[in-house]
Amino acid sequence: MQTIYRWMEAVLPFDYIQYDFMKNALLAVLIITPLFGILGTMIVNNRMAFFSDALGHSALTGMAVGVIFGVTDAGLSMVIFAAVFALLLNKIRHSGIAANDTVISVFSSLSTALGLVILSRGGSFSKYSALLVGDILSITPAEILRLLIILAVTLLFWTFAFNKLHAISLNASLAKSKRIRVALIDNIFVVLIAVIVMLSIQWVGILIINALLILPAAASRNMAANMREYHLFSVLLSVFSGILGLILSFYLDMAAGPMIVVVASLLFFVTLLVRPLVKM
Amino acid sequence: MNEEAVKRKYRILQPPCGLHCIKMNDIGVTIGRETIIEHVNLHIHCGKLTVIIGRNGAGKSTLIKAVLGEVRHTGTIEFRDMRDKSIQDLRVGYVPQHLNFGKDTPTSVYDMFASYVSNVPVFLRRTKALRERIRQSLSMFEAQELMDKQLGDLSGGELQRVLLSIACDPVPNLLLLDEPVSGIDRNGMELFYGNINALKKKCDLAMILVSHDLAYVEKYADNVILLDRTVRKEGSPAQVFSSREFHEVFG
Repeated sequence: MQTIYRWMEAVLPFDYIQYDFMKNALLAVLIITPLFGILGTMIVNNRMAFFSDALGHSALTGMAVGVIFGVTDAGLSMVIFAAVFALLLNKIRHSGIAANDTVISVFSSLSTALGLVILSRGGSFSKYSALLVGDILSITPAEILRLLIILAVTLLFWTFAFNKLHAISLNASLAKSKRIRVALIDNIFVVLIAVIVMLSIQWVGILIINALLILPAAASRNMAANMREYHLFSVLLSVFSGILGLILSFYLDMAAGPMIVVVASLLFFVTLLVRPLVKM
Repeated sequence: MNEEAVKRKYRILQPPCGLHCIKMNDIGVTIGRETIIEHVNLHIHCGKLTVIIGRNGAGKSTLIKAVLGEVRHTGTIEFRDMRDKSIQDLRVGYVPQHLNFGKDTPTSVYDMFASYVSNVPVFLRRTKALRERIRQSLSMFEAQELMDKQLGDLSGGELQRVLLSIACDPVPNLLLLDEPVSGIDRNGMELFYGNINALKKKCDLAMILVSHDLAYVEKYADNVILLDRTVRKEGSPAQVFSSREFHEVFG
């Protein structure tokens, strides 16, 4: 870690980089933002914005479940709960019972409320309120390593399964006729979203995590003409807003996560404006 | 050209032999407590266009889903080579009615095609060999010019031709088609039927088409199946259209 720190200090001659917490935060941003940029492409394609939002909210219940069962690592209970929750939501998404967004909304509210009810017992919710906004400046090297591993897993999954995922998203029956394992791939995808959301939620916060997943991909769609451009723009926009947001937050002394989202939102509007110029 | 491409080409130029038979024995689908279709027995031969007609809710799409393996069904589907009576692995192709994508989805025809037929990740790179393969497949339906267009910019007819190309790469033993209902004008429909008629002569495959437009059925079908929970009537278009059962269903 010290080597990386020294290297960062050498490459980046700015005064914010002299603090270790800023180095850690920058590293985390450099891992989280491309990850979200990649994942967001398919979340937006599948119109799953609502779905991923519900997953974010399940973090509260996940943590509450952990408290009840006395799990020391809150991250673990959150990941497990979110994975199960994701599989359940996915089943509902495909079952066609009731309107999708209504059912997802019910589950989302329920898991939020349930989490709040349990965590606020004895008036102790303030302990957990960091979960709502997140604090990327408090991330530790061990946690950065965790994120790095999940980034590697995602890249692996994307390389081997993206075509199938894309095929399923366009038409599941057609994918099935091409002998693609529709249910398996789809379920791995939602569990992956769940794991990533849970591992990053402490740093990004429940309130804004979905914006970070959706915005870069949504902005990229305004300019991209094919899947390669879609991914490239999405990752670039995501990383750019991450770095700029972090630096701005340092100099303006404001929360980092929300600042990143503000930058990403502005970028979205810019792409909306240039869209007619790019796409004729 | 690599060996795979040659093989495919060979298959494409292989006219129907009429000796492959797809046999559906007593197919039934029950969802919850509701029986959607029951006791469906069909023989489908290669080189023939079989058209399924029936009113809404007669179970036409359910039968297609059962053959695709998307809904659980009772009964068996077997694919036989009549020369030596051997049972073979049935490769099914499918042409859906519509796709799920937003108007602004950045998916090019190449991206879509490659996603269904290749493992080279489309977000990462494209290869010359794959482009060539896709161009060849698209050219079967005069769609090669569409390769770099975005899906949202295609007309209904163009999208249909792309879907046909995807379903026929590689050429399946049985092609299932949901007739396009929207976004295609009369010219487009003529072209669609012209294409499947040409396909029937060029390739060694059997086709099942779910149709909503009886005028085209009369003109192009070799065999018509009137479905109403089960097979009510089967035969040539003339036989079925003049039958008592046909008048009962369509009144």
